[in-house]
Amino acid sequence: MGAPRKTKLLPYLLVAPTLLFVLVFTLLPLGEALVGSLFKQRLNIPKFQDPVFFGLGNFADLFGDPDFLQVLANTGLYVVLFVPLSLAAALGLALLVEEKLRGIAWFRLALFHPTVLPLVSAATVWMFFFTPEYGLWNQALHLLGYSGPQNWTGNPALALGSLVLVAFWKNVGFFMLFFLAGLQNLDRSALEAARLDGAGGFRMLRTIVLPLIRRQTVFVTSIAFIGAFQTVDHVFVLTQGGPSGSSSLLLFHLWQVRFERLNVGQGDAVTVLLVAVLLAFTVTNFFWGEHREK
Amino acid sequence: MKSRLATALRFSALLVLSVLMALPLVWAFLAALRPPEVPFAAGNVFFGGYLSFENYQKALSLAPFAQYYWNTFCQVGAILVVQIGTASLAAFAFARYRFPGDKVLFTIILLQMMIPSAALLVPNFSTIRFLGLYDTVAGIALPFFGSAFGTFLLRQTFLAVPRDLVDAAAMDGCRWDQELRHLFLPSAQASVAAFALSSLSWHWNDFLWPLVITQSETARPLTAGLVRFTQMGEIGAQWGLLSAATMIVTLPLFVVFLIFQKPFVRGYLSSGIK
Repeated sequence: MGAPRKTKLLPYLLVAPTLLFVLVFTLLPLGEALVGSLFKQRLNIPKFQDPVFFGLGNFADLFGDPDFLQVLANTGLYVVLFVPLSLAAALGLALLVEEKLRGIAWFRLALFHPTVLPLVSAATVWMFFFTPEYGLWNQALHLLGYSGPQNWTGNPALALGSLVLVAFWKNVGFFMLFFLAGLQNLDRSALEAARLDGAGGFRMLRTIVLPLIRRQTVFVTSIAFIGAFQTVDHVFVLTQGGPSGSSSLLLFHLWQVRFERLNVGQGDAVTVLLVAVLLAFTVTNFFWGEHREK
Repeated sequence: MKSRLATALRFSALLVLSVLMALPLVWAFLAALRPPEVPFAAGNVFFGGYLSFENYQKALSLAPFAQYYWNTFCQVGAILVVQIGTASLAAFAFARYRFPGDKVLFTIILLQMMIPSAALLVPNFSTIRFLGLYDTVAGIALPFFGSAFGTFLLRQTFLAVPRDLVDAAAMDGCRWDQELRHLFLPSAQASVAAFALSSLSWHWNDFLWPLVITQSETARPLTAGLVRFTQMGEIGAQWGLLSAATMIVTLPLFVVFLIFQKPFVRGYLSSGIK
């Protein structure tokens, strides 16, 4: 019989547009950054306006730069604070809103709505919360009898924490959604049986509920982790990486290197490092998730 | 078995947490309506005695928010329409046909989900400049015209279309585009809606990429416009004015969300299938 030539070509034609955009805006840039990271090119220095081969020099420069090491430390601390805190809180909230209760739809809305707001808008509002004197955080601290930190985002010890707080508020309801979906799919009879066996609340959570929502947990962990690396909108609004570099994150640093300092080669090098971290994480997570599933 | 006390405790805990979570938006809403002559002071930061639209008027006069709206609208609309088009074609091909190399091509497309576009900001900036689209709405939108997530999600849905129906349609001499339009897409309405809403809110809220790829008011979207507004010299710490600008940027999408809560939440959840 043999299908006419037209139908053999058809699937390729249908896939072509998507494939083209993926090639041009995901694969090609990856190669571009890899190659570019091996060249020295600085647009604000006449001698280095055109790319010159530099080997691994950009990477050597980065890791020899205390500012960059500080950025790495900040990013690590940010991720280590943000991911576990927001996930634990999200699970707690999901457990709280899971069962029916008067006004539950309103509670869920209140907990989830920050997800929908643009992060730059949210951060602009938080700028006020962090402001000295009459900012809400300081007022709250005063009510508690503490005369402490005045300027949250201007204090090197608190700036990074302020960013974590905003990201926490913005995302906790989003992560809650996935835990909630997992909890609602649980087999009620297993829970009832455990309860009849006299399992306490916390033990039940640890030994029965958590293993059953493992898939959601793996997934939420990965979006939390990736999200922590790919959103720096609040850094732009609240701290601009300061004071003295104490709240600069990797992606914000990338922006500064490439668009403020016009160091093209080093920008490519940071891109390569950022992609490497993200890929290492998503790929291990993918295989880990797939593997444990069976 | 649940005691009354436990329920009351749960209710109180949720009430306190909900109030805390809602505080930023509630404050911004009220602060925007404060009369500018009533200064903020400790203990007096919410309702300013009477309502005034002066902050809104001043914010609108200081920055071209109507232009920002138009830009965001075009950007989000273009991305949405093209993404749904390209994704349904590709998803249809992967779900309906077996062809040499299909697995490899699918994997290549899925790579896009493993590398967040934010990380590729720098090389994509060069590509858009090379294409002559720097500082245009088209330049903001173009990198997102192909969507691995959309392709993946729609393929999953299309695979659920019963084989018998597809065969019957083919027997009746249905062309491929008729199959797609009359058989596959109607069965995927919920997925398309979920994908559309998650794409809509993702790109409406996107900031860093539009910031990098635009420099003039003619292309700048709402988010980048707001940040520029907050950094204008004459604004300083005029919280009422800043809140009004924030509300201008935030409220429309938020109202859409309040109306379509269920499909929105489904959209956010479906981005979880990734």
